[in-house]
Amino acid sequence: MFSVVNKELLEGFLYNVELFTITLLLSLPLGLIVAFGSMSKFAPLKVLTRGFVWAIRGTPLMLQLFVVMYMPGLVFGWQIPGSNPRMTAAVIAFVINYSCYFSEIYRGGIESIPKGQYEAGQVLGMTKTQTFFRVVLLQVVKNIVPPMSNEIMTLIKDTSLSNVIAVTEIIMAANAFSGKGLIWPLFYTGIFFLLFCGILTIVFNKIEKKLDYFKS
Amino acid sequence: MAILEVKDIKKSFGKTEVLKGVSFSLNEGEVLSIIGSSGSGKTTLLRCINFLETADSGLITVDGDVIFDGADKSKKNAKETREKQLKIGLVFQQFNLFPQYNVLDNVTLAVKLQAKERPDYKQNKKQILAEIEEKALKLLADMGLSEKIHNYPCELSGGQQQRVSIARAMALEPKILFFDEPTSALDPELTGEILKVIRELAKTNMTMVIVTHEMTFAKEVSDYIVFMDNGVIAEEGKAQELISNPKTERLQAFLSKISD
Ligand SMILES: Nc1ncnc2c1ncn2[C@@H]1O[C@H](COP(=O)(O)OP(=O)(O)O)[C@@H](O)[C@H]1O
Ligand SMILES: [Mg+2]
Repeated sequence: MFSVVNKELLEGFLYNVELFTITLLLSLPLGLIVAFGSMSKFAPLKVLTRGFVWAIRGTPLMLQLFVVMYMPGLVFGWQIPGSNPRMTAAVIAFVINYSCYFSEIYRGGIESIPKGQYEAGQVLGMTKTQTFFRVVLLQVVKNIVPPMSNEIMTLIKDTSLSNVIAVTEIIMAANAFSGKGLIWPLFYTGIFFLLFCGILTIVFNKIEKKLDYFKS
Repeated sequence: MAILEVKDIKKSFGKTEVLKGVSFSLNEGEVLSIIGSSGSGKTTLLRCINFLETADSGLITVDGDVIFDGADKSKKNAKETREKQLKIGLVFQQFNLFPQYNVLDNVTLAVKLQAKERPDYKQNKKQILAEIEEKALKLLADMGLSEKIHNYPCELSGGQQQRVSIARAMALEPKILFFDEPTSALDPELTGEILKVIRELAKTNMTMVIVTHEMTFAKEVSDYIVFMDNGVIAEEGKAQELISNPKTERLQAFLSKISD
């Protein structure tokens, strides 16, 4: 029995990990773009971006999952294509949601860099791009590792929410057992998340240590 | 001929006019000190010359090239501005070193990026980089920092950090080096080492403009002193004379306040 449960739960958890990985890979760069939008000197872009971020951060991710899943069909009669449209919908909702959260972390990190760093770059004849990538970026990374690690740990746990649009992730898989009267697999899913977060913690501690050699 | 000419620079922030028409000039190899009480516009003047602020009007010439012309309202090309920027260097009160680079890399970073634009960079890359490094090491040795080249800014004293920032500015071989109160962020016992470095630079005929509150130092190291008050130059003259024999009441008042 135990091995059957393990196998089923592991299969479910692969969906969590898949959703986690794709969301991370897409939201990390997208979040930076959104952050630039929300800091833009072009007022309409800035207002629009900030409004969007506010709306996404101000509504439940669960609601956003429903909207992405059902809105296109209801409003435009358009179905999400692909072999697993539910997973695709989950990815879209998660990427939008997390890009917005990450963008705020990036923005905080970028705005915390003293003006003097940019001015030193300028006075030394560096271009704005050079100053950003050679001088500012690593300091931003150092500043945002702690809030980012928090957010990324939340992400793996949030992936379970995708079961509201019937992605067969781990808790959904465990629920199937409880429907047959077997409750413990539901609690047992916690172990998967704990292990995963444990690994994340180790990785983030490593990164923090790596960046320990300087103080900004 | 003057290497630096500043003509009638005006600058307002909103309604407050901070620079009300400042003019001065400086000959090659000379040292000019700018003194004046806090809020008189010294930093703003330096920032206008160094492109960190845009003056509202006036004209600035370095070595015969116009680097700023208030009458020319056309959009400035970023590349040209950078080339003009490289003619002059600025040492900040707060050092503004790059924390993630060690001392040597702080000094070489901008120079190396500059070198990439040379047409022969690809062919002679190794040699060019070696030369840059060698020059930086020489500069750091002059600053008494040979032992510290692999240290990070957070591992240095304020005085050492400021010396690195002077080396960093010098590495780009500016025609004129500007200092904005280079010792003001330092503990009193550390100001001496910076003043010594600047004195050494003066001996090599480096053209410098120094905003400072160290009157004894200003009197001894500079050829010329400008006293700023409330956005204008209230008095100027040969260093010794201006300090020993101030003519305006405002300068007299300022000097007696400082020496208290
Ligand atoms: N960015 C700015 N915006 C508004 N006011 C400024 C700004 N920079 C400087 N000022 C004002 O300009 C005046 C002169 O400042 P500053 O040039 O720093 O003087 P100093 O360096 O002689 O102490 C001060 O009253 C200061 O408040
Ligand atoms: Mg000042």
